[in-house]
Amino acid sequence: MKIAVLSGKGGTGKTLVSVNLAAAAKEAVYIDCDVEEPNGHLFFEPKPIGAEQIAIKIPVVDENLCNGCRKCVEFCKFNALAYINNKLLVFDEVCHSCGGCMLFCPEKALAEKEKMIGQVQYGISENVTVVTGILNTGEASGIPIIKNLLNYAKKEQAITFIDCPPGSACIVMESIKDADYCILVAEPTLFGVHNLNMVYELVNLFDKPYGVVLNKCLEGENPAEKFCTEKGIRILAKIPFDKELGKLNSNALISVRECEKYKDLFTSLLQTVTEEVQHEAVVNP
Amino acid sequence: MKQLLILSGKGGTGKTTLAGAFIKLAKAKAYADCDVDAPNLHLVMKQSVKPKRTDYYGMPKAVIHAEQCIQCDLCRQNCRFEAINVNHEYKVDSYSCEGCGVCETICPVNAIALKPAVAGELMLYTDETIFSTAQLKMGSGTSGMLVTEVKKQMNLVTKDAELAIIDGSPGIGCPVIASLSGVDLVLIVAEPSISGISDMERIIKTAEQFESRIAVCINKYDTNIVNTEKIELFCKKMNLPVAGRIPFDSNAVKAINNGLSIIDIDCTSGRATREVFANTVEFLFSKS
Repeated sequence: MKIAVLSGKGGTGKTLVSVNLAAAAKEAVYIDCDVEEPNGHLFFEPKPIGAEQIAIKIPVVDENLCNGCRKCVEFCKFNALAYINNKLLVFDEVCHSCGGCMLFCPEKALAEKEKMIGQVQYGISENVTVVTGILNTGEASGIPIIKNLLNYAKKEQAITFIDCPPGSACIVMESIKDADYCILVAEPTLFGVHNLNMVYELVNLFDKPYGVVLNKCLEGENPAEKFCTEKGIRILAKIPFDKELGKLNSNALISVRECEKYKDLFTSLLQTVTEEVQHEAVVNP
Repeated sequence: MKQLLILSGKGGTGKTTLAGAFIKLAKAKAYADCDVDAPNLHLVMKQSVKPKRTDYYGMPKAVIHAEQCIQCDLCRQNCRFEAINVNHEYKVDSYSCEGCGVCETICPVNAIALKPAVAGELMLYTDETIFSTAQLKMGSGTSGMLVTEVKKQMNLVTKDAELAIIDGSPGIGCPVIASLSGVDLVLIVAEPSISGISDMERIIKTAEQFESRIAVCINKYDTNIVNTEKIELFCKKMNLPVAGRIPFDSNAVKAINNGLSIIDIDCTSGRATREVFANTVEFLFSKS
């Protein structure tokens, strides 16, 4: 069972929800797909059991073979190649690793080398296997790392929580493609609603079953709750705005492991989500 | 024209709230929202005019013409993005396709062509002020290119503005890197949590790699004083100026939900923001 936790907006509590749900389960896997700013490992402080370097392929030119025909330069849609002063230049940062330049070079003057862009770390924290993708700073795209993480998720049998990056761009889509269920985390502001609407459209586009967790709930009107009621969206849980929870969270402590009240809240949320997924499996096999 | 970019690494630390307040305090003639994945600045900067809308074309997408396809499988074998699926006939998954053109070139019977594809929409409001923003289409890539377009659009029509304020996106990847180019100062809105500190360190490292000038401010500082002091110590060690502290303030949520900026109402966060703004402007216009 794979559960993706997402929110259009950043800072609504994706990591809070996915970390605590994993901690509340008997046995679970937590996968941090927010490779630009991974935070789950700060909470779990997992005992490392392995790491894998993630590389992309970048072309290299053999200057003895290159005759300056510029076929590769003309082909490259990303402008990652230029022929200047009788020399072929490769701009690593904009290369998408499509392999076209190498494939279509009539002189076979191009080969590929590996360029490290980040890593995937594996660790154990009590009942949770923690898998973290980390993009090196200065690198433009974490998608190859996310693909690696999701391949790992595919093989996993235990209940798996996928902590997604913010937004609704390609990287979020990659993260939810294989999910059985999506949890949308929203905060009670107009910003929150605007961005909830985006991920709401995204999960509908991919026809994923989903429910909403309302976080940081204050007294009075909650625009996010109003949105859910209007659209007929299932509200899975409401997490109150609470100084104690805020403090635990800002010190990267796992509330479920520190406080009975939150253990009950997240255990009950986990139960609700599990029932939703099982229900879904019966209705939409 | 000086350009101030507001970033944070972590999401939800208060970039847009601060950007909205700064725009009003500076009476900025030009501003932009570079968070094209989840733009929000337009929600606090209400416009009385309609924007000029332009379709944004990202990378083209491959299309296979089934009647010409001889099912040789070469396109599928050579696609690095696993964008070509076979199910009776060969089809391109347009979400996975990055428009590289390998399939188009390798097809022996010319059954594949790259077609332009709309990947988002640019909006430009030109009233007394210039406001440039955009929305990326759901599930699209190439957000970095759209960020560049948002800034280009603002710069093209802006004349004699002293200061432009740019709201950035969370993270450290392509949209953030694209937003860094050409700015005079990056203000990082940090949050005093362990996650916030980790994310702040990563965005500072990224901004330094692109040789940007950096200042830091701490939002919701009183939610964790110990971590606030850690951030200030870190900045001191890194020789980065701190523009100030802003307290947690439930009035901020109320202001936003009423479509107001925190400086429109009398509240603690609004007052602190005025001071942060004054310091930031001083850093921005100082020489080194």
